[in-house]
Amino acid sequence: MDNKDKTIIRVGLGTCGISAGANDVYDAFKEAIAGTNLTLEYTSCNGMCFREPIVDIILKDRIISLSNVSCGEVPRLINEILNNKIIDSEDNDFLVMQNRIVLENCGHINPDKIDDYLAKEGYQALKKILLDILPEQVISEVKSSGLRGRGGAGFPTGLKWELARNSKSNEKYVICNADEGDPGAFMDRAVIEGDPHRVLEGLAISGYAIGAKYGYVYVRAEYPLAVKRIKQAIEDAQNRNLLGNNILGLGFNFFIKVKEGAGAFVCGEETALIASIEGKRGMPTLKPPYPAESGLWGYPTNINNVETLAAIPWIIRHGADKYANFGAEKSKGTKVFSLAGQISKGGLVEVEIGMSLRKIIYEIGAGTSSGKPVKAVQLGGPSGGCLPESMLDTPVDYESLLAKGAIMGSGGIVVMDVDTCMVDIARYFLAFTQKESCGKCTFCRLGTKRMLEILERITLGEGRESDVESLIDLASKIGASSLCQLGKTAPNPVLSTLKYFKDEYIEHIVNKKCRARSCKGLINYKITNKCIGCHLCTKACPAKAINGEIKEKHQIIPDLCIKCGICESVCKFEAIYHE
Amino acid sequence: MQKSAEFYVNEYGVDEAKTIPILQAIQADYGYLPIKLMQEVCEKSNIHYNRMYGVATFYSQFNLTPKGKNIIRFCAGTACHVKGAEKLIIAVSEELKIRVNETTSNGLFSLETVACLGCCSLAPVMMINDKVYGKMTIAKVKEILMDYKQHHGQ
Repeated sequence: MDNKDKTIIRVGLGTCGISAGANDVYDAFKEAIAGTNLTLEYTSCNGMCFREPIVDIILKDRIISLSNVSCGEVPRLINEILNNKIIDSEDNDFLVMQNRIVLENCGHINPDKIDDYLAKEGYQALKKILLDILPEQVISEVKSSGLRGRGGAGFPTGLKWELARNSKSNEKYVICNADEGDPGAFMDRAVIEGDPHRVLEGLAISGYAIGAKYGYVYVRAEYPLAVKRIKQAIEDAQNRNLLGNNILGLGFNFFIKVKEGAGAFVCGEETALIASIEGKRGMPTLKPPYPAESGLWGYPTNINNVETLAAIPWIIRHGADKYANFGAEKSKGTKVFSLAGQISKGGLVEVEIGMSLRKIIYEIGAGTSSGKPVKAVQLGGPSGGCLPESMLDTPVDYESLLAKGAIMGSGGIVVMDVDTCMVDIARYFLAFTQKESCGKCTFCRLGTKRMLEILERITLGEGRESDVESLIDLASKIGASSLCQLGKTAPNPVLSTLKYFKDEYIEHIVNKKCRARSCKGLINYKITNKCIGCHLCTKACPAKAINGEIKEKHQIIPDLCIKCGICESVCKFEAIYHE
Repeated sequence: MQKSAEFYVNEYGVDEAKTIPILQAIQADYGYLPIKLMQEVCEKSNIHYNRMYGVATFYSQFNLTPKGKNIIRFCAGTACHVKGAEKLIIAVSEELKIRVNETTSNGLFSLETVACLGCCSLAPVMMINDKVYGKMTIAKVKEILMDYKQHHGQ
C-alpha cells in the first residue's frame, strides 16, 4: 500500500459511534471528498465514547483527532484539511494513564480488513506456536502470565486450559463467551466490533493448547454489528488459511462457528451457554462435572471470555513475563473497564489491575457529569455491589474488591452521584435478576421475587420495620440454595447497599423520605410562581395531571400525577421542582 | 418472505441443536413464531415440539404473537437507568398509547425494554429495529418517532 503520502479521514463506526450519528458523518465525508485526493476509511470504537462521533485525520506526520463531529461541519473540515488548517479538538488525557493491550488495535484498524490486523502483527502469535511451541508449553506460558478469566469469576486461565487438555477424549471444543449480559459492561462488544481477528486468534490458540478442532463464538443477539463483523472475520481468516484445514501448512486444523444468543442473561453461565448451543433452554447444570471434563455434547470443553482470549495473542508475542509485569500481586496484567453512569468521560478504560477507583473515576473519567459529588460506584453488574465514595481508594483487583463486598465481575463501573437513590438501585438490580432467573432453583426463582416485592414497597413508601431483617434472611438463603452464580450472587446489590447505605433504607421505611428525591412514592412535584403558563408541561404530561389557563400559573393534580418528572424536564423556566 | 417448514428443515437440518437457529430464522421471516409452523417443522425433523416450545418461551428474543413493523427497544441497563431511561419509556408509552410489550393498533410499533445495549456511555439509549440512538431526550425521541411514522409506515 502506498497510503503513506495520502491524507486519510477515518471515521469511528462502532455501535456507540453509530448511535451518536457516525454513519451519517461517514456518508457526508464520502460525498464531500469527491474530486479531492483524500481517502475515506473507517474503524471501530477507540473507547472514547464521550467524544463520539470521532473522526481521525491521518496526515503524513501526525494524526489529528476530532470529537463530536456533526454532518454540518463536514464541508468546513474538508476545507481545513485541504488548506492545512485542521486542528486537534481534544487533548488525550483519557488515554495517557491507560495501558492498552486488549484494546491496542481498537479504533486504529479497519475491523473488516484482515490486512489491517496482519499489519499489526496479527496472527503472528498463532504462527509462532504452530511453528515451534508445544501445546503444554503454551499452557505453561499462559499460566506464568498470571492471566485470570476476565468474564467475572477470575479463574486462572492457564489452569483452566490444563484441565481441559488433561481430559482424555478424541473430541474437544473451545468456546468464546461473548454473551456479555451485565448491564453496564460493553468491552466485549467493543473488542469484537473493533478487533475481531484478535479474538479468533486467541480462540485458535486455546484450541491448539487443549487439543480442540472446533470452536464456537457465542454472541448476544443484541449486538448485531458484532455478529456481522465476527462472521466476516471468520470468512476472511479461512480464505487466508489462518483458520480451517492445515492452517498455514503447519498441520493444525481449526474451525470456528458463530452462535447467536437469543436473549437470556443466564446464558453467560458456562453450563447454560453450552445448553443453549445444544439447542436447549439455557439452564445451568450442577458442577462438577465441569465443562473441562464434560461440556458441549458431553465432550471436554474450554470456555473463555472475549477479553481473556483477546489478551492471549499479546502474551504469546511479548512473553508471559512482560504481561505479568503489569498488575497487582495476585491479579496480573491489565483489565478493561467500561466507565458509565454519571461520569464526564465515559468509555472504555484499560489499566493495570490494581489502580484505585478514585484514579479511574477522577483522573481518567474526569469526575461526575453533573459536577455533583460521587455517592457510590456500582461494580460487577447484577452480581456485584455498590461501594461508597469513602472507599474509592480501593485498588481494583479481584481480592480487594471481594473483601469490600463488590466484585471485579466483567468490569462494568457505573458511577452514581448524590441524586441516585441506593434503595432504588438495589430494587433495579433485583428486578433484573428476578426477570433473568431461569427458574430452576426455587430460592432464586421465588426468593428474588419476594425480595423484589419488599424493595418495591420500600421505594413506594410502604416499607415495614421488619423489612431489612427479611431482606437479609432471604439473601442468605438465596445465596446458599442456588445452583449457579446468577442466584448465588443475586442478593449482592442488596447486601452491599445495606452494608454501606443502611441509613437510606431506614429513612425510606421509618421517615418515608428519599434523600436522593428519586423514589416516586416519596416525592411530590410542585409548580412555583415562576410559572408563566406556557402550557409546555400540560402538553408533555402523560397523565394529563396538570391544568391551568394559558398565561396563568398551572397546578399539578396530585391524584393524577404519576411522578414521572417529565414536566420538570420540559419546563424552560425552572418553575417545577420536586421534594 | 414467508417460507414453509420444509425450507427451514432443509436449510438448517433436523437436529435438536438447530432449534435456536431455526426459530431465529422463522422469527426473522415472520416477525414472530407461528405455532402451526413450529409444529410442522417438528413433524419434519428430530426436534420434539415440547422442546421447541420450551425454547421458544425461554428466550426473550422469541415471541409467539405478531409484533409491530418497527420494534422499539429501550435500554434498561444500569447506566441508562441512572440517567433516567424510565422517564423516556413513560413518554414513549404515552406518545404511542401502548405499554411495554404491547403493539400499536395500526401495527406500526412495538415497545420493549432490553437488558443492556452496550452503549452505556451514550445513555439513555434506544434501539429501533437494528438502529441504535444515543443520548436520548424526550424531545429527540418524539422527533425520531415522528420520522418513523412518516417514512417507515405501511
